[in-house]
Amino acid sequence: MVAKKSEKNSLEHYLQRLQEIAESLEQGEVPLDEAVNLYEEGIKLSKECTEKLKTAELKIKKLSKGIEDQLALNETEEE
Amino acid sequence: MSTDKNVVTITELTRQIKQSLETGFPRVWVEGEISNYKKHTSGHLYFTLKDEGAQLSAVMWRSRVPYLAFPPEDGMKVIARGSITVYPPRGNYQLDIEQMQPAGIGELQLAFERLKKKLAAEGLFDAEHKKPIPEFPECIGIVTSETGAALQDILSVLSRRQPSVNVILAPVKVQGAGSAEEIAEAIKQLNQYGGIDVMIVGRGGGSLEDLWAFNEEIVARAIYASKIPVISAVGHEIDFSISDFTADLRAPTPSAAAEIAVRDRKELLEEISNLYYTMNDAMKNRISGLREHISGLLASYTFNRPRDMVREFSQRVDEMERSIGISLNHIVQTVNRRFDSLKNQLQALNPHGVLKRGYSIVHKGGRIISSERLLHSGDEAEIQFHDGSVGVRVEKGR
Repeated sequence: MVAKKSEKNSLEHYLQRLQEIAESLEQGEVPLDEAVNLYEEGIKLSKECTEKLKTAELKIKKLSKGIEDQLALNETEEE
Repeated sequence: MSTDKNVVTITELTRQIKQSLETGFPRVWVEGEISNYKKHTSGHLYFTLKDEGAQLSAVMWRSRVPYLAFPPEDGMKVIARGSITVYPPRGNYQLDIEQMQPAGIGELQLAFERLKKKLAAEGLFDAEHKKPIPEFPECIGIVTSETGAALQDILSVLSRRQPSVNVILAPVKVQGAGSAEEIAEAIKQLNQYGGIDVMIVGRGGGSLEDLWAFNEEIVARAIYASKIPVISAVGHEIDFSISDFTADLRAPTPSAAAEIAVRDRKELLEEISNLYYTMNDAMKNRISGLREHISGLLASYTFNRPRDMVREFSQRVDEMERSIGISLNHIVQTVNRRFDSLKNQLQALNPHGVLKRGYSIVHKGGRIISSERLLHSGDEAEIQFHDGSVGVRVEKGR
């Protein structure tokens, strides 16, 4: 796997890895069995990325000051 | 008059006035023109704020002077925030100013240029302080008015382009008294909240006065201090605010800020599917390439040499067989021919044939007699004919 640039930001991480895989497969310099492994990983990643992008609607939280000047969160439904 | 009236001392009266005024006007915003401006050697500022109908003594303590975005001078229109205090020794009341900003366009422009110069000199706008904007934020902070069009613009762009992000809204006043402080505070709060990848700070368009909060030093410093990258989105495309200069990235409008903040989901999905096809094609090409390579190898001269050799050998064997067959035949025929001629020869030599023709052979004592001299009278001999023999006695006469 590549160096973890941002651990929590998995979409970025996945996409970066996917690009690497596509490039190395395109260059065709890796041995065949490795290429097959990469291909499988790539297919998995592309599915996961797509899933990740397709799920969830915009979630909005409102930050407001409580009486004690503490942070409080009000969930609001949007759309 | 009379002594039974309720008399109080000046000090007491002044104390009551002080209490009444100071609790009655703890915080006011006033607009007026500066006159009698004096900067005392102590560093405190004394002046009068006036309009057509009235005037108000004002003081600004040294500790607050550094936050002024402009140098006050006589004739300048300002908006000041402070509380009314009473100064008993002189029996007057005054405005204790906490914060002051220019009120007229000319003054605002002047203050803007001055603050810009000052912050630029401090390095607040320097490119090396700009934080990179993350390409794939999962959580976006927004500092703007909860009721403004800017928020709706931002949210609609976000939900169109990338609805998978989380939004944390820090609602603030974006214009008027106290708005700059709220904005600065909200930026700090979002930093404390944690987990926010990028924040948008801004509002829709308006006049220079409307946008003024975003030209305040307190906002600029809050943006500069933010650990979270800040995209500023203030007003119109053409106007730059101090916030714009200080932010890590300036967007021309709130909608544009949202566009910059997130990648478009459709584009991303397309990119992913392109990568998917790239991988697929690469693998297909590779496999068909390998197939061709294999069939090429199978068809190659080297690979087929053994088979060719086998074929050549078997052909040679066939040829040899054929040629061996031919020569054997030949030999057999030759032999046969010789045999026949020999047989004929032998047949010609066979004495029986001669006997058949009328010749006879004379034997004596087991020997063939080939001369008359070998026979003497009285000898017993045998004459052999082709169909038998007869014994005879020799009689030599004549």
